[in-house]
Amino acid sequence: MSQASSSVPPSSVAVPPAGGGILLEVRNIAKRFGNREVLKNIFLEIGAGEFLTLLGESGSGKTTLLRLIAGFEQPASGEIWMGGKRLDTLPAYRRRVNTVFQHYALFPHLTVQENVAYGLRVTGTASAEIPSRVEEALRMVKMLEYSAVRPSKLSGGQQQRVALVRALVNRPQLLLLDEPLSALDANLRKQMQGELKALQREIGITFLFVTHDQDEAMALSDRIALLRNGALEQVASPREIYACPATSYAAQFIGQTNLLRGEIRDGVAVCGSLRWPFVTLPNGPAIFSLRPEAIRFSCDAALPSGSVRFRATIREQVFSGSSEQLEIDCAGQSLRVRIPARGVLFGEHEFAFSPVDVVAVRD
Amino acid sequence: MYSRAYKTIVSLPPLLWVGFFLLVPYALMFAHSFWLVRDGFLVHEWNLRNYAKLFQNPVYLDVLLRTMRIAASVTFLSLLLAYPLAYFMSFHAGVRKELLYQLVIVPLWVSYLVRGYAWKTILGSDGVLNGFLQYLHITKEPVGFFLYSPFAVVLMLTHIYTPFIFLPLYASLEHIPRNLIEASQDLGASPRKTFFRVILPLSLPGLLAGATFAFVLTLGDFLGPLLVGGPSSIMIANIVQSLFGTAYDWPLGATISMCILLLTVSLLFFTERLEKRWSNR
Repeated sequence: MSQASSSVPPSSVAVPPAGGGILLEVRNIAKRFGNREVLKNIFLEIGAGEFLTLLGESGSGKTTLLRLIAGFEQPASGEIWMGGKRLDTLPAYRRRVNTVFQHYALFPHLTVQENVAYGLRVTGTASAEIPSRVEEALRMVKMLEYSAVRPSKLSGGQQQRVALVRALVNRPQLLLLDEPLSALDANLRKQMQGELKALQREIGITFLFVTHDQDEAMALSDRIALLRNGALEQVASPREIYACPATSYAAQFIGQTNLLRGEIRDGVAVCGSLRWPFVTLPNGPAIFSLRPEAIRFSCDAALPSGSVRFRATIREQVFSGSSEQLEIDCAGQSLRVRIPARGVLFGEHEFAFSPVDVVAVRD
Repeated sequence: MYSRAYKTIVSLPPLLWVGFFLLVPYALMFAHSFWLVRDGFLVHEWNLRNYAKLFQNPVYLDVLLRTMRIAASVTFLSLLLAYPLAYFMSFHAGVRKELLYQLVIVPLWVSYLVRGYAWKTILGSDGVLNGFLQYLHITKEPVGFFLYSPFAVVLMLTHIYTPFIFLPLYASLEHIPRNLIEASQDLGASPRKTFFRVILPLSLPGLLAGATFAFVLTLGDFLGPLLVGGPSSIMIANIVQSLFGTAYDWPLGATISMCILLLTVSLLFFTERLEKRWSNR
């Protein structure tokens, strides 16, 4: 974040898009387990009605941050505010935040209906109101016919739906979802992703979603907060984080990329045998990210003006239906390329990329 | 999978064991309950007089009822002691869990007799408790009812059987997924509500198993009353013991044993059904 003058956009500023206002503020939160630092000085703001995803590898601290917001863990320092009120000093049961747990955590001794009614019962909702609200909630996820069934008799996807409405029935201001889809098989997962997104749009509740699956994060989120070793790497919309990754880690974690290590000399980026104009950074070593699909086969269509052409040898070719994945060798530098399907290729060819597609990233 | 011969060979030893040491003795006992003793000799004459005696002489029913009362008290008191302990250890003991667990187990390694005599030295008229009370001038003379009373029996058996309740209870509390407790809090339930709506219902199978242990074991106990109980705290097993011993009336002893067996088995059957219903969901 120190390179404010660089071509790296100020995307790491954790501010939600305009409109709606800010619902949740995480201010300088740190958390330690023993002497292991799990979260380091996290600042994050979540807008009302937003779908924000905490993305990261296991051990990156994403679940810990979620648990801090839910109230299951206490921060070592820092504050959490929600709707203008201090949240982190309240016990979990006093927070207007509900959670969809990774393994659903449905009460085995209660029926589906009783599970959904639980939150209403314990918070003292008028008992005349409960049945209709439970019914409405179960209808929303098409689980009404399973009202009297115990959770153990349900499939994973069904349990998932019950867990979702159980958390929503209290009408929380913020819904936390802790890898809720990770226990489902691939097909069901895709389907549930769609349902989840549609539901969020419909009810307008703010979602804070935790996942390690970057595709899932891309498909669902308004913004992605990428965590790495307990620190925020970048917070931005999926398109922005893909087009302008702030760091080499972000570039590699979200989508595929080629990381080119080189340097900048008087407005020209030099990287092995490749050079292209790059005026936004001062002289010195630099790392560039170049997406595989940004490299083109130069005999394809018209190249934009200013394209950098280079020759490279094809080392490997993997056909994947509509596109070809190539691994090419450009004077000792290995690059990954994705081009439209065009048949088997051998030997040396000319490739090109446009300098505007190259992004300088921090290490 | 396995050949028939293999299955037979493997299952034979336990079958023989159960046959010789359980089924045959039970059959013998069953047979004895229909025989009688005449002039000091066992007569193999089938009759129902023993069963009639059981219901005609009020002593037997009285003692049986007292035994069940004592067993119920012991079960209740043990639960009262074991539940908070198991709850604390499962949810709040943290790293001391293992140590505390061992401390609960250790008394089980000490001989029953030793523990019985220990209570004698504590409760006796010149025992530790009376000495202490007199030293503090709370009482002037030794209190007599501490020892050789139903109180002493209940106290000692509670001490002995509390671990038997604790163990299944602790196991069932340990098996409650912690995310259920978090889910309950998350949905707005205070710790108290979480206990009554989630923890308690989910620990019921363990609670029931433990209570059954304590109740059934107390029902068949005869050393407790022998060591610290007086004549007023004779239990049904003491009667059986004396009938098989000094009184030399095996048939009547066998009859009472059959009744206790029936009681115990129906109790176990009932609690097992209940336990299945509570845990099978």
